[in-house]
Amino acid sequence: MNANLLEVERLGKRFGGFVALDGIDLAVAAGERVGLIGPNGSGKSTLVNCLCGTLGNYSGAVRFDGRDVAGLTAHQRTRLGMARSFQLPRPFASMTVADNVRVPLLYTVNARHAPRLTGEAVAARAAELLALVGLADKGGQFPRDLTQVEMRKLELARAMAADPKLLIADEAMAGLSHSEVEDIVALLIRLNEGGITVILIEHIMRAVMTFSQRLVVLVSGKKIADGSPSEVIRDKEVERAYLGQ
Amino acid sequence: MRWGAFFLVALAVAALIFGCASAINNDYVFFAGYTVLQFIVLATAWNILGGYTGYVNFGSAAFFAIGAYSTVFFYKFYPMPIPVLILIAAVISGLIGLGMGYLTLRLRGAFFAIATLALAVVLQTLIVNWNYVGGSRGAYIIRPSSVDYIGSYVHYLFLIMLALAVVALTIAYAIEHSALGYGFATIRDDELAAEASGVPTLKLKLIATTLSGALMGMAGAPFPYYIGYLQPSSAFGLEYAVNSIAMPIIGGTVSWAGPLVGAILLGTLQQYVTVTISSSVNVLIVGVLLVAFVVVAPNGIIGLITSIARRGRRERKPA
Amino acid sequence: MQLFSPELVINALIAGLLLGGFYAAVTLGISISFGILDIVNIAHPGFIILGSYIAYILNAQFGIDPIVAALIALPAFYGLGAAIYQVYYVAFETRGREALRGLAFFFGLLFITEVLLILVFGVDYRYVQASYIDQSINIGFVNLPKRMLIPCMISILMFIVLQVFLSRTFMGRAIMAVAQDQLALRLMAASPTRIKRTAFAISIATASLAGAFLIIIQPVEPSVGREYIGRVFAICVLGGLGSLPGTVIAAMLLGVAESLTATFYGPSWAPAVSFGILLLTLAFRPAGILGR
Repeated sequence: MNANLLEVERLGKRFGGFVALDGIDLAVAAGERVGLIGPNGSGKSTLVNCLCGTLGNYSGAVRFDGRDVAGLTAHQRTRLGMARSFQLPRPFASMTVADNVRVPLLYTVNARHAPRLTGEAVAARAAELLALVGLADKGGQFPRDLTQVEMRKLELARAMAADPKLLIADEAMAGLSHSEVEDIVALLIRLNEGGITVILIEHIMRAVMTFSQRLVVLVSGKKIADGSPSEVIRDKEVERAYLGQ
Repeated sequence: MRWGAFFLVALAVAALIFGCASAINNDYVFFAGYTVLQFIVLATAWNILGGYTGYVNFGSAAFFAIGAYSTVFFYKFYPMPIPVLILIAAVISGLIGLGMGYLTLRLRGAFFAIATLALAVVLQTLIVNWNYVGGSRGAYIIRPSSVDYIGSYVHYLFLIMLALAVVALTIAYAIEHSALGYGFATIRDDELAAEASGVPTLKLKLIATTLSGALMGMAGAPFPYYIGYLQPSSAFGLEYAVNSIAMPIIGGTVSWAGPLVGAILLGTLQQYVTVTISSSVNVLIVGVLLVAFVVVAPNGIIGLITSIARRGRRERKPA
Repeated sequence: MQLFSPELVINALIAGLLLGGFYAAVTLGISISFGILDIVNIAHPGFIILGSYIAYILNAQFGIDPIVAALIALPAFYGLGAAIYQVYYVAFETRGREALRGLAFFFGLLFITEVLLILVFGVDYRYVQASYIDQSINIGFVNLPKRMLIPCMISILMFIVLQVFLSRTFMGRAIMAVAQDQLALRLMAASPTRIKRTAFAISIATASLAGAFLIIIQPVEPSVGREYIGRVFAICVLGGLGSLPGTVIAAMLLGVAESLTATFYGPSWAPAVSFGILLLTLAFRPAGILGR
């Protein structure tokens, strides 16, 4: 049987005349740690948006957990088990940080057929998630009071709150300090060891190399490399296109 | 406070208000009070959609008028007691809200707002051309003179509108303190992020439009009995559209208390101005207040109060 | 229902096309503010009525032709548009949550303009005097009233001028660009705010001319503006947001639809036509005929 959690087949996306994604093939096995890198504008976020249903009208197929997700809205895909953090943080500005994390608990976790969380369980889990990302004492504040870095951590916490099978972290570590990066990488590895498949989209090469079991490179909407990190880094085409050699 | 407790408190306050009004025993109080209560319901109903989810409805008058005209229809077809008419109006208005929502809620908020405007005009044109309910000539409703145990008919209408206000406020309060309230707020704050977090935005928006429409229709159902002679221009009147937007925005859109405060303040102000100056100046004042609040104090009166309170709390804390 | 005769139908069609030309002028401002700048200025019809009244004053007091009056008032309308955009920008675009508050803001402005006009001028219908208002050109059985023909022709001229402006001049192309990519614009050292303000000011300036056309075609009183909200947005959506040619085509279509409805079913159904078209378009083809 298919052990692939995510299968992407010839995924294409155009905006008017501009081709953002040009026939992307990707397979991610359950439990893998995949790093996705590429220059700005190469289509990484567009790829995430198509996978998660935020963008529609793409060509090609996306299969998650064995099922074709065509036609499913974003919230349905989240409930299936795909969660993502946004590259530019999109917090719910009118509610507290803790409430931000409550939303996926109320609407994704509680929507599944597992026993629903009670109010207290929700609050406890929200606090737990905030602590995991290092925002334990910010629960009562509002997103506008957070720094950019803290908002990225909130994004991550919110994605984790959806209890996903696949977590896509879109540049969650921009602006973090050296030790904060290490903390988040360690966190993601721990999540992965707990069974969550993770796709890490990052520019911080240190983090990507530490984290990834497999590295995928996207340039101008095309996948130009897909293999073990050490191989990919030495690939001539990758060097030329991305690292600028 | 759980919403059950809120409901009981509101009921008690309503009973108190009715008692005081009866003691004053001046019919004008009941007539004017009815209007203010009606606005409380309309403003609260509007806010469930506009304030909580961020989708602006310019066609409140349409739902109000649907309620009023369904009453006229049944008055001619098969007269029924007002509470039944209110339920019928709720169903009809709710369904129309649902239908309109289904057609337009997949589009952006701006398109939805324009569509509500379109709906209001289409419905008004249909009613104007429908002779059974009087068309442009209007319809007369004979009001009974009194009701047992309560007194004159206007006392009865006042009581009904009090009950509706309690119901509307309780619904708003219950939503705010439930998962549904969180869902609505995420739609208002960032619909894309809401979807990504698992919020079924379309379904929730449809719930909001249906509920909002139904409540507005309920507010309109007793109106023909209140006014005695119903014309499309009065049922679809300008003041309903403007006020149902201005009152929540001026009062504050984030909480159930906002529309209440806005309706009471603006409602009484308008009673005063219309009687002493003119109804045009009335609309002018409401328009100016709306623009002023939207620009300067977007969270309304309630917002101003909470931010002053928060600043006071912060200043009192040691540095 | 009227008796069906070819002369009647053709005259209704022609009247519809002329009406459509006028509707296009009315919608032009919204094509810019909503179609290009994404600002839902539902107060636009209010500014058109304001234009009508200014044309009325200059015509009644000084005997100036209404269209000339509109051209005289044009700079003032331009300034008004710039001022309103500035308030809008400071209050909303910089603070976020534009949707709800922007709509409420313009809604409030619409009512303020209408009521101020009522307070100053009262609710009587006003009209202008000009030599061509009562004249018609007759070609066979086809009747072309000059009061419809002249606004229609000048309206088409306005569109051509604006289309050229948007596609050939730097400012015009910057305006089209700002709708699509603000970052690129900033990198070119052009200020998006200034460009948007210019565009919005232009949109309000068109209201001056559209107002003159309106009062030439029909007598005006302050609440007339509200009838046009639906028409304007119906045309804008039907024609495809941001497409000027689309706006003209959609305006003609609407004009014809209304004219035929009024001729064969009676004028009381006319408002429903535009709003009905709007609802149907939004429900089934929101991108419009020529939409982006």
